[in-house]
Parts: sequence; structure tokens; C-alpha cells
Amino acid sequence: MTQLALVIDLNVCVGCHACVTSCKEWNTSGMAGSMADDNPYGVDPTGTFFNRVQTFEVGEYPCSETVHFPKSCLHCEDPPCVPVCPTGASYKREEDGIVLVDYDKCIGCKYCSWACPYGAREFDEHQKVMKKCTLCVDRIYDENIPESERKPACVRACPTSARLYGDLHDPNSEVSVAIREAGGYQLMPEWGTNPANHYLPRRKTKIRIHEDELVRADNPLKKEADRPTGPVDEPTLDDVTSW
Amino acid sequence: MHPAFSVIFLTTLIGAAQGFFLALYTGESYAAVKLLPEQGGAFYAWGSLISVVLLALGLVASFFHLGHPERAWRTATKWRTSWLSREVIVLPAVLGAIAVYGVVHALGWNLTLVGIDTGVSNDLTLIIGAGGVLLTFTLFLCTGMIYACIKFLQEWSTWLTPVNYLLLGTASGFTLATGYAAVFAPELVNFFGGWAIIILVSAFVTRSVSLIRNARLKPKSSLQSAIGVRHQTMTQRSQGQMGGSYNTREYNHGAPMWVFRSIKWVFLILVFPIPIVLLSVGMNEASIVLLSLAFIVQYIGLLTERWFFFAQANHPQNIYYQTVG
Repeated sequence: MTQLALVIDLNVCVGCHACVTSCKEWNTSGMAGSMADDNPYGVDPTGTFFNRVQTFEVGEYPCSETVHFPKSCLHCEDPPCVPVCPTGASYKREEDGIVLVDYDKCIGCKYCSWACPYGAREFDEHQKVMKKCTLCVDRIYDENIPESERKPACVRACPTSARLYGDLHDPNSEVSVAIREAGGYQLMPEWGTNPANHYLPRRKTKIRIHEDELVRADNPLKKEADRPTGPVDEPTLDDVTSW
Repeated sequence: MHPAFSVIFLTTLIGAAQGFFLALYTGESYAAVKLLPEQGGAFYAWGSLISVVLLALGLVASFFHLGHPERAWRTATKWRTSWLSREVIVLPAVLGAIAVYGVVHALGWNLTLVGIDTGVSNDLTLIIGAGGVLLTFTLFLCTGMIYACIKFLQEWSTWLTPVNYLLLGTASGFTLATGYAAVFAPELVNFFGGWAIIILVSAFVTRSVSLIRNARLKPKSSLQSAIGVRHQTMTQRSQGQMGGSYNTREYNHGAPMWVFRSIKWVFLILVFPIPIVLLSVGMNEASIVLLSLAFIVQYIGLLTERWFFFAQANHPQNIYYQTVG
């Protein structure tokens, strides 16, 4: 079994929204039709997006941190949005675990969006169907583009490589290793949806330096001492010591 | 959640229709064992027509909820997993059963048609009606479970949801039947009116219990579990958009807080005490006006009750949409 997933490193995300715009650009140009915006430059702009970057302030100023939090469909392994769909338009692919909407079968009853605790689905007011992240299913299998580019648009766009992509069920994939080694976690685990997408937590990167590490007590190149000399054909002190 | 008027009208109209049919069949069953005076076929036939019309109106209202009503036939396919699909199958079945029940009454058919003489004049309609009753209860269950099965909508996720749909729908149907009987069969007014009051009181108990339960709910999801950061002090600074989106519209009732708070008291008064008083006085004075008024007031109350039912449900996705930024 394969379960494709994204792993988003909150320690690295800088909140630039490149994944948002890249996602919108790719998916609005696809054969599923545009993800229309209404009043994009007007008073009350609104539109359909598969991916949003939100920002949270953690702690109280001045001891606070800014956490940028990209949010898209988590492609749950037990997706609550799928069984409630009365037409079968909402489904989870057997072969790679991507949760998709068949836009030709969707009747636009919005029940699936009620059944998603994450608010990952957005109704398209123009096409009158429910839309959601496809994990760029029309891109990751496209054999007309180089293999290195067969990744979701958001992953390719991320300038800090905060977004990893791969097979969750392969224990040696990049995402599985990252989750295992960097403490990857799921959102709202209390509802048992078992999201495929994971998040890596903020981490404190610190090095500890003692004072005696800054000053070398046994520096052989002291100014007042004689410079060590030796035969030219023998190895120099630099060659035999290991500082 | 955002209360959609299509769904409010769907659930209240079919609730009244189902309850009205249950009232008709209860009356017929009592008459079959000589506890009530028998009615002619026309009484049940016209009653079934009212029920069918209400169901059809509800069905029409439901189509306004769909983005693609022309694909509605597809909704019958996933009955194995989806309560919505089950409702879509059972609703026309109920409509059909009540229609057949009414037509058989209108034609005055019974089992002697197939050579069986039971001695009961309306044996065939009693059998068809029993099937209709079974389907009607199934429909109440489906309607309630559509909401009760979403476990993270904690206000809905309780056995009280289908019970309230059943009792409120049945109460409004019996109230309608009281008014109907006042016009066409005055000897049944006290029977339907008495049952309407009993069911209304039961519905008041279960709806109140669900209101108290919901007032004491502790949300299972928090900002901590939503973004996975374990810190006591967190504030959203941006939700990733400056304007609104589907996420900010669909999951909020959008009404001012004073409206939301007062609607609860409005429906508690319109659905329960006023109709009970109108039914009691109407039965005493045999007043068609008062008994009809009881149903109208109660139906308006049920519209507000349904609005409140949707508005009260707090979707966990709202945690992600607290601040525009």
C-alpha cells in the first residue's frame, strides 16, 4: 500500500505564501477548470484555495514566537468526508491514498465539508462543486515532465524546503524518516482521522560553547615562543598535529 | 454552522408530513379495533394527499440546497455508508407508500380483491399503512443520523438528535391532524389533540435535555490540538486571507449574537407552550381557527428551532479562522 503525504516543517516555514500562489496557479490552470476569484481587487475579495498559510503568535510578547502554519487537505487515512458523500464523488484512491472529488459526480450538497474537522474543503461558487487539494495528482504522474518535477506544486515552490513529499507507508522514505526522527505529528488526533500529512514541530537549535574553547591554552603558535622549525623534507607540525 | 433555508424547510416540512401520516394511521388503527368511530375513505385519502404535498414541498426545498440538482439521482448510490444517501432513498419511498395508502383509501379497496375475507373493512390499507409507518420511522432515523453521525459536531453527535427529529416532527404532524380533524371529523379532535399535547411535552423534555447538554459541552478540539503546538497562550495573527472564504461563511450563522441568543427562547415559546394552550382551548371550544393557529404558530416555531439547531453547532474548523489579520 502506498499513502502519499506531505510533511510540513514548522521549524523552517517562513510564511511566504509561495506554496499558496503556486498551488493556485497550477490548479486553476488544470483541466478541472479554474478556481475562480470574485472581486480579487474589490471590497470583499473571495475565492477558492486548496492551501492557506496561517500565522499564530505563540506566547506573550516579548517572549513570543511566530508560527507560520500551512494548511491543506491532510489526505486522512480514515477520511470522515468520504463515507458521508451520497454520490461517491468524494473518494480515497486505493493505489496512493489521495482523497479526491470527482467533479462530474459531485452534486454540491456540501455535506463532505461539514464532515471535515479541518475545513480543508472549499466549495466553488462558480462550478457549484466541492473542491480540495488533489496533491497535484495531474502533475505527480505526468510522464511528459522530467521526473524531478513530478511533485506537488507547493513542494516545488517552497523556497526553504519546508514541505517534504513522499510515501508514508515506506519506512525509508524522506517523509517517514523525517516524521520518525524529527517528531512529526498529526493535527487533531482526537477525532481518529489518522491524517497522512504530518507536521514537524519547532525546534530550538543551540550549541553550547565553554570559554576555554574560545581561547586555546596550548596554542603552539604563541607569539612570544620560538616558531617551531624542522627539516624541510620532513612533515611540518601542521601535518602531524590535528587541531 | 450556517443554517440553509432549503434544509430548514426540508426537515420541518417532511417532519410535519410524516407526523401527519402517523396520526392518520394511528386513528385508523384505533378505529379498526373499535376504539374510535370509523372514518370514510375520503378522510384518509385527503389526509394522505396533504401529507404527500408536504413531502413533495420538502423534496423541492432540498433541491435548492444542491449545486447540481440535475445530478441528484446519483445520491441513491452510496446507501451503504451515507445517511444522506439513505434519506434520499427512503424519502421517495415514504412519499410513495403514503400516496398508495391514500389511493387505496380513495378507491375503497380491501383484501377481498384477492379473495381473502378478513372481515375488517380496511384491512388492505392497514397493511400498506404499517409499511408506511415503518418507512416513516426509518426516514426520521435517517434525517436525524445525517447530523448525529458527524462526531466532531458535538452539539449534534448524540442520540437526542434523531429523537428530537422524531418527536418534533410527530408533534407537528399530530397538531396538523387536530386541525384537519376539526374540519372533517370533529369526533377525532380530542384524540389527535390529546396525543399532540403528549408528544409535544415529550419533545419539550428531550429538546430541553439536548439544550442543557449542549450548554455544558466541553469542546474536544482546541487551538493546541489544531496546530499541534502545546502552549497555553496562542493567538491567531492571520488566517491566510484578507477577505472571506467558504470557510468563514459556511461554518458560522452570521447573525448578531443577540439574535442567536434570543432565537432559543423564541422557539421554546412558539413550539411548546403557545401550541399547547391553543390546542387545549381549541379542543374545548371546538374552534377550527384556534386549532389551525396552533399548527401555524408551531410551524413558525419549528423553523426557528431548526435555524437554532444549525446555528448552535460549532464546527472545529472555526479554530483555524479566528482572526482576519
